[in-house]
Amino acid sequence: MEILTFEYRGGQPVASPPPSVLVGVVGSGNLEVLVEPAPLGGLCRIEVQTAAVGFGATWQAVLDDVFARHPLADIRISINDVGATPAVVGLRLDQALDAFAGGAQA
Amino acid sequence: MSSYYENSARGRLAGLLDPGSLVEILPPTERVVSPHLRQLDTPAAFDDGIVVGEGRLAGRRVLAAAQEGGFMGGAVGEVHGAKLTGLLERALDTRPDGVLLLVESGGVRLHEANAGLIAVSEVMRAVLAVRASGIPVIVLDGGTFGCFGGMGIVSRLCDAVVMSEEGRLGLSGPEVIETTMGVEEFDSRDRALVWRTVGGKHRYLLGEATTLVEDDVAAFRAAALSLLDQLSDPGPDLSLAALEAEHAVLGSRLERFGDCGDALDIWERLGVEEPEKLPILDTADFLATVRDRRA
Repeated sequence: MEILTFEYRGGQPVASPPPSVLVGVVGSGNLEVLVEPAPLGGLCRIEVQTAAVGFGATWQAVLDDVFARHPLADIRISINDVGATPAVVGLRLDQALDAFAGGAQA
Repeated sequence: MSSYYENSARGRLAGLLDPGSLVEILPPTERVVSPHLRQLDTPAAFDDGIVVGEGRLAGRRVLAAAQEGGFMGGAVGEVHGAKLTGLLERALDTRPDGVLLLVESGGVRLHEANAGLIAVSEVMRAVLAVRASGIPVIVLDGGTFGCFGGMGIVSRLCDAVVMSEEGRLGLSGPEVIETTMGVEEFDSRDRALVWRTVGGKHRYLLGEATTLVEDDVAAFRAAALSLLDQLSDPGPDLSLAALEAEHAVLGSRLERFGDCGDALDIWERLGVEEPEKLPILDTADFLATVRDRRA
């Protein structure tokens, strides 16, 4: 298992965020994404625990794209991953962040 | 119509209970995760694969738990089991109208060895304590992964079991039987064999499933509500005489069907005409066909 942390600046906080959003399941080829508001001084922090070791650069590329689509601030995103492909990771994060920003619990 | 089989544990619970009524205990944000999986260098789930909480079912106060089969097959680890036991023990304090267990589990989480085994035995004891206090415990079994091992035993310790045709209930799961006894004994990839042996229709015919419903969250909700009302007044007969009578029934079942090599033989002996047609009937036709034919 590998633990990776990513931080992004320059996003905007969500006006009235839900207490939390959880999508996905920790199963083979899948991941769970937990999104919570957090007082991080404008930071978006993403913590990844993944069963697939050695894919830090891939995570970086996928998460750069996700942040470009969802430039949010003061949020903590926690991920438990069991070898999801980059496409699945991107879709799950879109699902979670849409729900978070839209206020709808997925 | 929303498929119970295809839904996640959270989706099932959301559709089963009154909208917005669920108050989760130890939600994912609390991060009460398995301490064992970390030692094994395996990713944990924030809820350890089970949702527990309080909610309402058509206004009635219920405690509910839903196992997520997608995480390690819904297997019971130390935290997972403690959440289930804690929920059941809470029922003794808060005295809800019933406890609903949305089971989906392969049984003990073998990664956690003795901690998982102890957890399951604690769940069993807690179920019996809740039943003895007069609060009905109702099992709903229609998930993708079925219900086996320790959770299969737990299910049969409860007051009632609601199943869909898609649900499966047993002790050793099909793959376990194949691994230990050989593919000649049981081919776990023969889906027709698996479902007619451990599936909802067979369990209903044997009397192990109280109610058989369609694969629809709303149908499970209606069945749970109906059972809640049936079971609350009067409560179940848990006297020694009633238990001995139940044992006698089980003994006679072995005498009646002990020599049957396949569920089809049992259905034939129950007096079902054209037993080979039962698997293809939809739920309503099946229930009409087997009326007065249950063991």
